[in-house]
Amino acid sequence: MESNQKHIILKTENLSIGYKTKKDETVVASNINIELHSGELIGLVGANGIGKSTLLRTLTNVQSKLSGSVHLNDKQLEAYSNLDLAKTMSLVLTESIASKNLSVFEIVALGRQPYTNWVGSLSETDISIINKSLSDTNLNDIKHKKCYELSDGQFQKVMIARALAQDTDLIILDEPTTHLDMYHKAYILKLLQKLAKDNNKTILFSSHEIDLAIQLCDTMIVMSENDVVSDAPCNLIEKGTFSNLFPKNMISFDETTGSFRVNK
Amino acid sequence: MLLCCFLTNISLGSVSIPLKEIFSSLLGSTDNYIIQNYRLPKAITAILVGSGLGISGLLMQTLFRNPLAGPFVLGISSGASLGVALVILGSGFLGGVFSTLLISKWSIVIAASLGSFLVLLAVLLVSSKVRDTMAILIIGLMFGSITAAVVSVLSYFSSAEQLQQYIFWGFGSLGNLSWYELLIFSTIILIGIVLSIFSIKALNTLLLGENYAKSLGLNIKQSRLIIIIATSLLAGTITAFAGPIAFIGLAIPHITRQIFTTSNHKILLPAVLLLGAIVMLICDSIAQLPTSDYMLPINAITSLFGAPVVIWLLVRKRKMIF
Repeated sequence: MESNQKHIILKTENLSIGYKTKKDETVVASNINIELHSGELIGLVGANGIGKSTLLRTLTNVQSKLSGSVHLNDKQLEAYSNLDLAKTMSLVLTESIASKNLSVFEIVALGRQPYTNWVGSLSETDISIINKSLSDTNLNDIKHKKCYELSDGQFQKVMIARALAQDTDLIILDEPTTHLDMYHKAYILKLLQKLAKDNNKTILFSSHEIDLAIQLCDTMIVMSENDVVSDAPCNLIEKGTFSNLFPKNMISFDETTGSFRVNK
Repeated sequence: MLLCCFLTNISLGSVSIPLKEIFSSLLGSTDNYIIQNYRLPKAITAILVGSGLGISGLLMQTLFRNPLAGPFVLGISSGASLGVALVILGSGFLGGVFSTLLISKWSIVIAASLGSFLVLLAVLLVSSKVRDTMAILIIGLMFGSITAAVVSVLSYFSSAEQLQQYIFWGFGSLGNLSWYELLIFSTIILIGIVLSIFSIKALNTLLLGENYAKSLGLNIKQSRLIIIIATSLLAGTITAFAGPIAFIGLAIPHITRQIFTTSNHKILLPAVLLLGAIVMLICDSIAQLPTSDYMLPINAITSLFGAPVVIWLLVRKRKMIF
């Protein structure tokens, strides 16, 4: 019953991504066919400069695609208005926020912006959703702290709580584990896994933590020079996808442990 | 507090008027010529100028995510200066009777409005083409230096008398507004404030940065346009009627943030409005040098007394809140 009938949140068909200028097109990756299902944690991995960010920017409609199609909840991505998109998809970006003077509660509360009135007052529903987001991410103790008092790990949790408060089917995170230590990397990804399961969210993140992603993700999207493959991590290991990810004379993939080794 | 400053401002001046008389005059029971035609309009102008400049400074600082931004970063004051410079300094080229006719107060108001409007229009046109908000900031500064260059060329060719007149305009002045002028002035300021109130939600969202704001469904281009229009209405009109008044627009938002330790515009906007008015009234009371016949340029007072306050606040709290 499970995997076959899962609701498809996002689907791409023959998607080609890249940059377009007046004179020519630079294709970063093409022929991308992926499906994101509800309640799944999906990891997007690939070498630096392979086009992970470009793919995320295209899926979030920040950048326009070159060809093919992106469907979000059975509707063309381009057909969404800014506001409707904000109610369907929330983002956690790599950049910091403009004002560090906001408190944790205020940042999470801003996640309710698409739903509030013209002056942005919070209703009781809004406040209960904000409080739930705060407790889901264990932020209740520090909710009155200002943003400049937080550690990198705490700040990342706040931004995830804000995305949760936005109450969307899909949450997309761009490298949520950068600048974090081993423990916090695992903590954040485990938190994402839990949120996907418990709240039936679809969570897509890009990361360089391939080992951790293999252990925690339901599906992984692997980008390499030639193609973009999407499957369950164990199937990808069997197919040998990971061993082709990096130059073999430098780094090799150990299929039994599911981790990379540097060749000495 | 505001009321207190308002009354003090009216009572102080070259002729000191007791509070009792002010009340009876304000309530209409007695006629006091000085209060009704001089002090009261000036006090109201001070309130409008203070709150208007404070708010436009707040809007610019949030929009450009830059604590150094003020109401004049878009080139508004330099545009106005250019307009006034053309009228005062350029009138020499037209010569004779025509020049004295040209330098009336209305012509200066119109020249200042026209100048700031044209520069702003240029900035708006260019900004609709660029996606990056920071680029608008740079473009505004560039227009500023172009106009400053034109003004210095003009002043090189003009007489000492004309130059003095231009410099006097640059000092800023809150007085000399008739009730009719005040009506136009306050109407435009009110429109600017209403537009700012409608931008509160957008401003709060912009605190996360433009990319996050966009992901929250905010129409960046539209909100940016409304914020810029509100600023130009406020700062442009104030410059036209009262001259380029420095410092208030930059400092008031900072002082307010330090006092209220928040960045939420729902609190900041009314607080800036009140604080701007209060500070401007105090500065004006000092500028008229109570009981003496002299009156100092308002522009000197705002910076002379305001800058130390900002420095003191920053040193005391050791942390800039932005």
